[in-house]
This record gives sequence, C-alpha cells and structure tokens, in this order.
Amino acid sequence: MKFDTPATENPIDQLKVVGKPTSRIEGPLKTSGTAPYAYERHDAVPNQAYGFIVGSAIAKGRIASIDLAEAKAAPGVLAIVTAASAGTLGKGDFNTARLLGGPEIQHYHQAIAIVVAESFEQARAAAGLVRVRYTRDKGNFDLASSLDGAIKPPAFFGTEPDSSFGDFDAAFASAPVKLDEHYTTPDHSHAMMEPHASIASWDGDKLTLWTSNQMIAWSVGDVAKTLGIPRENVRLVSPYIGGGFGGKLFVRADAILAALGAKAAGRPVKVALPRPLIANNTTHRPATIQRIRLGATPDGKLTSIGHESWSGDLKGGGPETAVGQTRLLYAAPHRMTAMRLAVLDLPEGNAMRAPGEAPGLMALEIAIDEMAEKLGMDPVAFRILNDTQVDPEKPERKFSQRQLNECLRIGADKFGWASRNPKPGLTRDGRWLVGTGVAAAFRNNLNEKSAARVRLDRAGRVIVETDMTDIGTGSYTIIAQTAAEMLGVPLDRVEVRLGDSLFPVSAGSGGQWGANSSTAGVYAACAKLRTAIAQKLGLDPAKAAFANGKVSAGGKSIALARAAADGEVVAEDMMEYGDLAQTFQQSTFGAHFVEAAVDAATGEIRLRRMLAVCAAGRILNPKAARSQVIGAMTMGAGAALMEELAVDKRFGFFVNHDLAGYEVPVHADIPSQDVIFLDEVDPTTSPMKAKGVGELGICGVAAAVANAVYHATGIRVRNYPVTLDKLIDRLPAIA
Amino acid sequence: MAPSDDFPISRRGLLAGGAASVATAAVARPAMAEAAPSRAPASPPTAKVDFEVNGTAHSLELDTRTTLLDALREHLRLTGTKKGCDHGQCGACTVLVDGRRINSCLSLAVQHDGDRITTIEGLGQPGNLHPMQEAFVVHDGYQCGYCTPGQICSAVAVLDEIKAGIPSHVTADLSVAPAVTPRELRERMSGNICRCGAYSNIVDAIVDAAGVKA
Repeated sequence: MKFDTPATENPIDQLKVVGKPTSRIEGPLKTSGTAPYAYERHDAVPNQAYGFIVGSAIAKGRIASIDLAEAKAAPGVLAIVTAASAGTLGKGDFNTARLLGGPEIQHYHQAIAIVVAESFEQARAAAGLVRVRYTRDKGNFDLASSLDGAIKPPAFFGTEPDSSFGDFDAAFASAPVKLDEHYTTPDHSHAMMEPHASIASWDGDKLTLWTSNQMIAWSVGDVAKTLGIPRENVRLVSPYIGGGFGGKLFVRADAILAALGAKAAGRPVKVALPRPLIANNTTHRPATIQRIRLGATPDGKLTSIGHESWSGDLKGGGPETAVGQTRLLYAAPHRMTAMRLAVLDLPEGNAMRAPGEAPGLMALEIAIDEMAEKLGMDPVAFRILNDTQVDPEKPERKFSQRQLNECLRIGADKFGWASRNPKPGLTRDGRWLVGTGVAAAFRNNLNEKSAARVRLDRAGRVIVETDMTDIGTGSYTIIAQTAAEMLGVPLDRVEVRLGDSLFPVSAGSGGQWGANSSTAGVYAACAKLRTAIAQKLGLDPAKAAFANGKVSAGGKSIALARAAADGEVVAEDMMEYGDLAQTFQQSTFGAHFVEAAVDAATGEIRLRRMLAVCAAGRILNPKAARSQVIGAMTMGAGAALMEELAVDKRFGFFVNHDLAGYEVPVHADIPSQDVIFLDEVDPTTSPMKAKGVGELGICGVAAAVANAVYHATGIRVRNYPVTLDKLIDRLPAIA
Repeated sequence: MAPSDDFPISRRGLLAGGAASVATAAVARPAMAEAAPSRAPASPPTAKVDFEVNGTAHSLELDTRTTLLDALREHLRLTGTKKGCDHGQCGACTVLVDGRRINSCLSLAVQHDGDRITTIEGLGQPGNLHPMQEAFVVHDGYQCGYCTPGQICSAVAVLDEIKAGIPSHVTADLSVAPAVTPRELRERMSGNICRCGAYSNIVDAIVDAAGVKA
C-alpha cells in the first residue's frame, strides 16, 4: 500500500481499541521474569558455551603481540579468536570502527579477542590471562582543543551541514537586542539496563543470532557484510530488548564475536558485554560545543537566529546534528546554522535518543530563556510571539500540524506559571531556593517503510508477524491494537510476533518512527487480509464491516473465523510513502515545565515537579505513550543534572564506564511527573494519523531544568551537567 | 615494545589514569612471551551447595566463583533475575534471601547454603501474578522490562521493611514507625535503576500494591 494522499476516514478512526490506555499485552511476561531476553535463551539451542570479550587497553595504536598460551591452557577454554585468527572481516555499513580490532586499534576497549570456555567463570578467568603488548600512538581526545582542525562534514542523511536564509550577518549586527553565547554538552552513554548480548549458532554455513537489536534488517545486512557471508544465511531473533535508546541500532561486538567464537569452538556461544566495557566499546552521544546568536527587536521579535555546533567522532564518522531543530522552531527572517566535525580518537559516536535535537535544544532553549530575560519578557510569551506555522526557510511549506503555542499555554496554565516571580533568586522555601523553568520540545516525525504479515487461523485468532522490535516502547501492544481494530476482534484474540528476520521487514525502532510506521505496515497487511476474508466469505470487500468477531455486508453477517474454516487466511503487505513529508513539514511539539529547588547553602539541586504537554498526532496508546514521555523526561533530567562521560584526555577513554561512575537518575531523583497529550490527528503521516513521541519527550527537558535552576539561583550554567560545583561559589548570600 | 618516547608513562600518571593502568600493566609484562605456561592448569575448585529456591530444594556442585545470580540464571535457568551490571550497581539482580532483598550478583552461591531464596518467578506467574506484579502491569511500572523483576522483588521487600519498622535515610522521626509514602519509597527503591525511567509509575504501583496488602 502506498500512502501518498492525506488519510480520510478509515477503520482505525473507530477507536474501539486504538487510542485506549491498554496495559501492555506482554506485561505478565515481563513482570514475572518469563519474557526471554537474548542471553537467556537456554531453550534456543543445546550445548551453549560462554564467550568473554577482551577490550583494548589503549585508545590508539597497534597490538605488537598477543600471547594466548596461558589463556588457551586455562581450564575449560575451548577457543580464542583474535583478528589474527578470525580471517578477513568486513565492516558493517552502520559501524565506524571495526568490531574486532587488531593489529590496528581504533579506540579504547575496542574488542580484540573472545575467549570461549565451558563456563562463564572459566571464560572470564582465561580472558584475564590474555597477554597483550601494545604500541601506543598519540591520539586526539579533546574536542575543545580540536576546533581549529574541525572540518565541514559531508551531507549527513541528506542534510547539508550548513544552512543560510536571508542575511544573518547583517541582521544580527544591526539587531537592537543581541545574545551571543557558547554552550557545551558532554558525551552521554545510553546505559540501557540489558547489556548488549547475543547467542550465536551455526548450522553449516547458516548463522542464527539470538540478540538484542533495535533494527533487524539493517543488522542482518551488517552481520553478513562483516562476516563475509550472504545475508540469506543470517537469521536474527530479537523478541525482547532490555532497552536500547539508539545503542542497539547497530550490530556490536557481542554479535560478531559470538559468531566467530561459535565457529571456532564448533558450538553455540553466548556473549554479553561486561558492563564496564559498554561505555567505551559501544557507541555514545557525542559531546558538543555550540554557539548561539539571537537578534531581536525591543518588542521581542526575533530578527536573526544563528546556531553553530562542533562535535567530534572517529575518522569516517559523522557530526552530532545539534542545529537541526533551529531551522524550524522559531520564526526569524535571517538565519544560519552550521556544523563542524573534528576527528577524535575516542570511542565511536552515534545516535542516542533524539540525536541532534536532544543536545541542540539543551543549548537553544537556554539561549531563548536568556533572550527573553534580556527583553524583559516572560519566556512563555516570548516563545509564543516567535512561533511560525510554516517552514521558515520555505514559507510556502506548512507544518502538517503545529500546536507548540497550545502546548505552552496549556502547560503554563496547568503548572501555575502565572504566579511565578519573574525575577530570579527571590523565591524561598525554607533552606531551598525555588525556581521554575520552561522549554519548548521539538522533534521531527519520520515515516519509514514497514511490512507485516497477518494470519487469521481456524480459531478466529489473528497473528501478526513483523520484524519490528519492542524496546520498551509498546510495539507489541499498539500493533495488537491496530490489528484488533482493523479486523474487529478483541485484543486478546491477537497474537503479535516480533523481532525475527524471518518476518517481513519493518521500520524497526529508531528516530521515533517506530510506532506510526510499524502500525501503518500492519494496517496495510490487515487491509489486504480484510479483502481476502471478505472474498472468502462471498462478501463485497468494499462494503464489508469488521466488528465483534463478525464480517457484515449486504445484510449478511458471518463469523470471522469461518473464513479460515478450510485453512489459514494470510496477507502480507508493506506501507510505503509518497511525498507528503516533503509537501508538509511533519514535526512533533511539546512544552516542558520544571520546578527545581536548590539548597541555599550547598547548591544541591532537587527536582520537585515536571510537566510535559505534547502534540504528536494520534496517541495510539495513552498509557504506553505517557510512559515513553516520563521516561524521556527522566533521561532529560539526567542530562541536565548528572550525566557526563568523563574523558581522560591523556589516555583517551571514558573513565566512568560503569553504572557507579556514570550516574543516571534513580528513584530519589525523580518527582511525580505529569504528561498531557493534546487532541491531535495528523492525516498526512499515515492512515494511523499518528507521529512519534518517544524522543519528543527528552527534547528540551534539560534546558527546562537548567532554566529552573537559573530562576532559583540567578546563576546561569551553560555547561552541562548543571552540578552543584558550578553553583556553590556563586550562590546568593545566605540571609 | 615500549610506548613512544614523547609520551612517557610514569607510575603516578598511570595511577591517576585509572583504568588505563590496565594497558600498561600488560605493556610492563613483556616477559610472559611465547613460552608455555609454567604451571599446569588445575580444574577450578568446586563446592556443593544446598538451598531452596521458590520452595524447591536444590543441590548444586558449583565452581566456587559462581555468583548466586549465575547459579540462578545459568544453572537453574531461572532467568527472571537479571544481570544488568554484575557489580552491585543497578539492582536488576535483586532477589529475596530469607525474606531480605540482596543483589544476587554480589554474593557467591556457596555463601547461601541452607538459605531460602525467592526470585521473581517465585512471586507469581502469568495467570497467577503477585499483587505487586499486577500493580506494575496496571500502572505501567516498566518499559523494556529488564530491570522489572529486580524492581518488583525490591518493592515487595521494601513494604516488608517498612512494616517491620526499619527506618531509611529519609525517615524524619525514628521514634515512630515509618509509613508508606512516596518519599520513603523513592529513597528505599534507589538501588534499583530503571533507565527507561518508569520511576513515577513504579512508585504509583507500589503505593497501590501496599493498599492491596493493607
């Protein structure tokens, strides 16, 4: 099915099942510990051995020699694979560095060997006996000192690094009110709870990987390319994923080294990345240095917006696209953005939840707060005044839906914004300095091709198969809701099977495209199945109504299951897209409101309230969508207040590479959170009329927190995270 | 081969360099060379351990390095208990031992001879969920599900700790019994990380389950 004209009324609009706050259908499995994650598939294949990965102890250079004698002789060891014994390996399209390093080393903790043994304890102990001698080269590990050498990168996913509209330089130079500030965001780690893990099993030259991966079809291709085998010989199975946030978009060392280890040992091998390896071995969100220039008239109209961002990555990598939202978020006749990329020898940078917008809005939405203050305007009113309903660079191109102002107004009302003292540092509650902050949220909507197969069995049950993944997003449930709505059956008559490369290729989970795209694919397959069923039952497919387990048309009503009386009815289809996303700018919007309290003596920061108001098309399941948003708000709070991979600039690695050193929010850090979804349907996105929400939720949160801390203390921190050491020597005198 | 001269390594610099000292430990030990290891590999020592898991007695002969977590996951194939960090940092491996919650990755299986262990599988199963498990489903107190068994085991134990009058860091008055409040729950649950960020819903679920119990 091709979606190339805006959706009209369709069966989803009945909203008997879709749009309801249904509990997750896999909930009983997850809460009872019976949902199987990759490393846990004892059932999948017998005789599994254990692999343990050795990471490089230098960031850049070469392995001079590896002595495996002692490790090979250790009890229980079955095989050891290094680059020297692995044979020729390719590199996946989505990887920057090779997944098995050696002799050249590209980053710290790059995998250099896998030790396979009978037991986990034996593999781990033997891995400690691998003796490696390195020749270390000087590396470049410091973004701040690399700006001069930073280059203009090539177009990244179709987006040019620079944009220009009007005459920014002249407009900014002549602006009556100006802001010109630098902001920094540090490297972030996904830190998902389930380590990257895989079980590999060879049957002749065919490989099966039970793994934890967000993008099944991409990763089948990259496994095949890396191992140099045909993609039809690779099967990936990934029904449950213990968090990804972008860190499992790609094939990582666990999968490739499990496959190599299994081949060498002649047995299935299971591998999980040890937690202390993950931050440096896998990808991270790259640090940025951003410069924002805003020019405005005294009455608060922005005349010029300039946003530049510098980031670093390994050679061959890409920039953190932190300026993207600035091209679309606020009106101003004169605009420029630019991205520059430095080569760093740190681990590989790549996508993490809302890549680009998350760090970009961390900077931009502080700058907007600062400009509002310069103008003596309320920051909510300032944003509303500078709203645009069209693409500012292409005024003829409208947003399909844009309710940013409504988000801001409703949020301000619910949050009690009107009672706020506009002056910072003046609101006290005992020992606490109290402040409130606001920020806009923005994230583009993306639609991706997505296919599914739907079966009706003799018992009248509906089975959906697609290689879509559920990384905690609620895919199982919204796909079941979609199929139930389309075929007129209760939710418990639908079974959803996900994450297997034997199933039709879906959009996968990334870029907040998963929900709308994967359900649209299921819609297409169900539409085809409806036709097949009606024809089987001798009813007019164009008129057939599917409800209450029956199909009705022309005065006749027949039980749905009858269509499968002589065998399953199966349909498969894919949703593809025309150019509606070019005709209309499809984006999601929100407003975040935060109340923070800062200890007047110690500078300790506590969050007291968080509210998000989101406008993101039809909300397919308000319960799961709300969870996506509160979870993203939590990650945004982490970015605001604690998350920072500390770079050792001498040896080139992230020092705090575990969950003790890399602090993420815990229960005690997070207050009660509220989420409001505005009533919205977007007929330009798909027949589901939905958009994504899982990344929107993190966009702007950190800036709202930073703005609240400023309002509490009068101290403007432009270098994340906002920690008490950046406040303590500047706190107001204690009365 | 020594590192290049323009990048000297000192003991002090390495110690300050944290994990990078691993690199140089290897560099500084070039003599291990190609010769065969001097000592013959011995089989790892094993020990017998008897404990009860979810009401069933088990007798295992284990490599003494085996953690309780791996005994459960790899030997008894009770994979509901999760390995998130293996270092006592995340709480995903929380189980109940004689009614008290512990990080099962931080104790060796052989330390638990004679213990009564309850894992997530022992609290309830689909079709017969524990009230805490039900409450997590209703309140969507999870997303990816990986920290969830640990959160639920911890939550069950937290309510018992409060009932037993055990104070926490945020208990304001030690002379009165602690109550089930969001503040107490957030403090006591802070050893269980949820990167999906379901905290707000988890607290709602625990409050709900506490009401069911009362």
